[in-house]
Amino acid sequence: MRRPLACAFGAVLITLLVPPLGVLVATLPAAAQDQPRSGGELVFVVPSEPPAYDAHQEETFGLIHPTAPHYNTLLRVDPTDKTGTKPVGDLAESWTVSKDGLTYTFKLHKGVKFHDGSEMTSKDVKASYDKIIKPPAGIKSLRKDMYDAVTSVEAPDPNTVVFKLKWPETSFLLAVASPWNWIYKADILAKDPHWYETHVMGTGPFKFVEHVKGSHWVGKKNPDYWDKGKPYLDGYRAIFISASAAQVAAIRGERAMIQFRSFSPPERDQLVQALGNKIAVQESPWDCLNFVSMHHEKKPFADKRVRRALSLALDRYEASKALSKITLVKDVGGIQVPGTPYATPPAELEKLAGYGHDIAKNRAEAKRLLKEAGVPEGFSFVFKNRGIPHPYEPLGIWLISQWKQIGLNVRQEFIEASAYHPMLKRGDFDVAMDFQCGFIVEPDLDLARFVSTSDANYGKHKDTVIDDLYSRQARTTDIEERKKLIREFEKRLLDDEAHVIYTLQWHRIIPHLAKVHGWTITPSHYLNNQLDTVWLSE
Amino acid sequence: MAVARVPVQVPEAVEPAPPSTLSRWLSAAREFARARPLGAFGGAVIVIMFTVALAAPLIAPYDPEAVDFAAMLARPSLSHWLGTDSFGRDVLSRLIFGSRTALMVGFGSSVLGATLGAILGVASAYFGGRIDLYLQRVMDVFLSFPLIILALALVAIVGNSIPNLIIAIMVPMIPRSALVIRSSALAIREMPFVDAARAAGFRHARIVLRHMLPNVMAPYLIMLTAFLGQAVLAEASLSFLGLGVQEPTAAWGLMLRGAAVEFAETAPWMAIFPGLAISLSVFAFNLFGDSLRDALDPRLRTQ
Amino acid sequence: MWKYLIKRFLLMFPTLLGVALLTFVLIRVIPGDVVELRYSGDRGSVSQEVIDKERARIGLDQPLWKQFATWIIGVAHLDFGESMWTGAPIWQEIRLRFALSLQVALMATVVAVLLAIPLGVLAALKQDTWVDYAIRIFSIAGLATPSFWLGIVFILFLLVVFHWLPPMVYTPFWANPLENLKQLIWPALAVGYRYSAVATRMTRSAMLEVLREDYIRTARAKGLVQRLILSRHALKNAMLPVLTVVAVEFAFLIGGLVVTEQVFNLNGLGLLFVQAVAHRDYTLIQALVMIVAGCFIVANFLMDVGYAWIDPRIRYR
Repeated sequence: MRRPLACAFGAVLITLLVPPLGVLVATLPAAAQDQPRSGGELVFVVPSEPPAYDAHQEETFGLIHPTAPHYNTLLRVDPTDKTGTKPVGDLAESWTVSKDGLTYTFKLHKGVKFHDGSEMTSKDVKASYDKIIKPPAGIKSLRKDMYDAVTSVEAPDPNTVVFKLKWPETSFLLAVASPWNWIYKADILAKDPHWYETHVMGTGPFKFVEHVKGSHWVGKKNPDYWDKGKPYLDGYRAIFISASAAQVAAIRGERAMIQFRSFSPPERDQLVQALGNKIAVQESPWDCLNFVSMHHEKKPFADKRVRRALSLALDRYEASKALSKITLVKDVGGIQVPGTPYATPPAELEKLAGYGHDIAKNRAEAKRLLKEAGVPEGFSFVFKNRGIPHPYEPLGIWLISQWKQIGLNVRQEFIEASAYHPMLKRGDFDVAMDFQCGFIVEPDLDLARFVSTSDANYGKHKDTVIDDLYSRQARTTDIEERKKLIREFEKRLLDDEAHVIYTLQWHRIIPHLAKVHGWTITPSHYLNNQLDTVWLSE
Repeated sequence: MAVARVPVQVPEAVEPAPPSTLSRWLSAAREFARARPLGAFGGAVIVIMFTVALAAPLIAPYDPEAVDFAAMLARPSLSHWLGTDSFGRDVLSRLIFGSRTALMVGFGSSVLGATLGAILGVASAYFGGRIDLYLQRVMDVFLSFPLIILALALVAIVGNSIPNLIIAIMVPMIPRSALVIRSSALAIREMPFVDAARAAGFRHARIVLRHMLPNVMAPYLIMLTAFLGQAVLAEASLSFLGLGVQEPTAAWGLMLRGAAVEFAETAPWMAIFPGLAISLSVFAFNLFGDSLRDALDPRLRTQ
Repeated sequence: MWKYLIKRFLLMFPTLLGVALLTFVLIRVIPGDVVELRYSGDRGSVSQEVIDKERARIGLDQPLWKQFATWIIGVAHLDFGESMWTGAPIWQEIRLRFALSLQVALMATVVAVLLAIPLGVLAALKQDTWVDYAIRIFSIAGLATPSFWLGIVFILFLLVVFHWLPPMVYTPFWANPLENLKQLIWPALAVGYRYSAVATRMTRSAMLEVLREDYIRTARAKGLVQRLILSRHALKNAMLPVLTVVAVEFAFLIGGLVVTEQVFNLNGLGLLFVQAVAHRDYTLIQALVMIVAGCFIVANFLMDVGYAWIDPRIRYR
């Protein structure tokens, strides 16, 4: 007669156990899904092709995207961090900073090998940084002014590198995490410092296979990579496609999986509509922004009332809603990317000229300022813009329509992209569109150009207050104090003096095939391109 | 038998009044339309284009450059017959004003290009010898540049205002026209009546004008109409590459750039109508030119 | 005839020299400098000293006549120098792209001729009938559509209807003919269709003229079969202007398919040209123009040979 009891017991057991077991079973595949899977070739599209291979001497993303996987840097920006502001170790296992902030000591990983089999030691790091900071004759180093504070780079033992600074710099770690500072082999640099312009040989997760000009770039997995277990991919293939319609077609036809720069909103919509759940979209504010530069030595733009008026005329919030549907802009931002540590909170941003929500009031004020400055109704000037479809052209059209609202008759003149920079340098403009793009999100980098003595100060403003604020914020180690200084800098730049007019923050949109995992978007299209964390789910 | 010589009053035949020039043209046109319906269609489209271009400010419902974010990417409706583009600008109005740009650039460059080329081609064929040799070499040199490339280089030098665009598109057309006209003129040159005229002592100019020119009319007209189409397409291609007319001017080629392609599936009206306008006008130019050539042909033959 | 042909052959060289000179001067008139462009990106600028050193390294600081002389002497040895943008030898940059452009041009010309000659002859024979109208509408439609539009429609059509995209990477014909054709047949069709338009109309017009000639009427009166008349007399003489058009346009196809290449993503000379101009890469531009000009001039010469063979009158000028 135990049977019914056994049955009942069994029934209770089952009732108790099945649900949790069921849940366990149901989640198992999902858990397995989150586990990186090894294998597969990542195919991605690159809009432009690198002219040469030495990152110390180049500055196009067209070099970073296909070639960064072959190299390591001493530090890198955390590839899992969406704000793109956290330095973590790459070749450096750990580091310490002296109390006075003048000595940085990095401990390197052991057992790191170059692709030719030789061991990487601190002398390679020293040689690479010497090349960056004090380039030999005939070699350029495009970002060497970022390391003005460095007096020396020492390699006391094969696993330690020591940087000595002249003054404490809050941004130093991020400067070392620069995606351009690839570590080369010291012996090769000693023999021929030009070698890396035409050859690829690093310590990175992928080895170089081939580069067919105008066509593609292939890399394959480095089986001896020092970070055991990585990379997950067997290899990658970068295809150079310049026309954006063709890039979209490539992803849509599933011949390519991702493009690491950005697509425009309608292109994203097209892909989402066509591929449904085969597509995943990642979006982020971009560390790039277009601003209007006014030549301070030309009338009437020498008058700051006129400059303020031009900023007050813009309805940034309406534009944010409308333009984000058609081009690569979205957020209304100040001088730092929204969402990053030093960005101004929206409530404070509103207080700056042109950032208030009452557009009617702003425009009335703008008209009043123009009148006061003696600018007649219907005043006409030429706005020079770069002939690039996204987002320069739409922003240009928008700006002109906004300035019309305060009675200004603006004619837009497009300068071909190649001739644009010389035009700015010559100062051959009244009002022109300029841009500020950083490869890492750091005020030192983003704001350097607004210093009066900067070569990039095309509007030729002279403002000692701003210069002083800049150097102070660069050396302040107290985060809150630095935030305050940056706030003051912003107010001076955009409000009090209105040296330049910020439009809208660029917006980065990366639609990619859903089977690509392990890649997190950051505000910079120069970051997170080593591909060691990327894996394919099928 | 003697025939009586009776004075007979024969009424004077009354000559009908000579037809006025206008009615002569009208009847010629009617004849043309009846015999060549395709060409008549082409001609009608051209006339409509001209009318639209001239009357643009009167017939366009909106300012072609008026930005209206509230009406972005609107479908064709009663308020916007052909919809709006990504800035809320009325497509119909932009199309209407775009016809001005198309006609200015199209006609300007093709007429200048074909005519200058024809002059050079005829001169080259007629005078022959060293003149022919040198002219041919210079033409060859310019011909080696594909149209787009030469236009690109010229635009980079002189900038992209409308007159400069006309020059940029016209220059590559001259040697092409010269080459084809020259080959036709050469064939005429060999004909006996030219030698006869020279033997009779006629001046160069007279021979060229009276004999060679009419006989190269046919290829000239074909070249001209082909160029008309090519010029409109060249403007579109240059705009597509970013080197043509600039925003916010309304021009058909410009309307096809960038946003139109991106929105091709969600807002197809942005691209369909300018594309149709370009195709239709090139179509019309060619049909008309073809039929014109056919029509003029028998008359040329009888000279 | 041989004297004539040798004369034409020798004339190729002054033409080439003229092209070289014109290009050399023309591109230096365009404002902009390759070194500045290379190093003037996001962060602003590089020091003037670096720019000057680079210019010296590339050879831009030499007097113009010296630059021209050095280059022309190099060309005579078939050495085009290095690209100013990448520093790589020109031949390396061009090799693959030239093969692709040449193949597309050839394929497109074949398509064009295969369409144009039969259609043009048919239209001439059946002048003013609906056959004539249909053919004319068909061929003009090809001429009227903007090339990039046609290309985009092609690709969209393939994607939406067949869920298939042509290969994005170029495989040379000898490596894998099928893969190669899968990519290049589409632009060849699109381009060939457009070029058949002009050739069709030329053929038709030339045929019409010739059909009216006295000697054709005589032949008809003599009772020769229509076909025989056509092939031997009419076609031969009609071919003169048609040959001109085909030869002229073929050379154009080599370097001029800028927009088509962008749309079909072809790694060809047209796109390289545009990039080179955007970069102000003088050596590359010069080399490309010389190649395109060379193709054109050779095509011209072959056309002259054709002329001489077809029309005896021309031989004895």
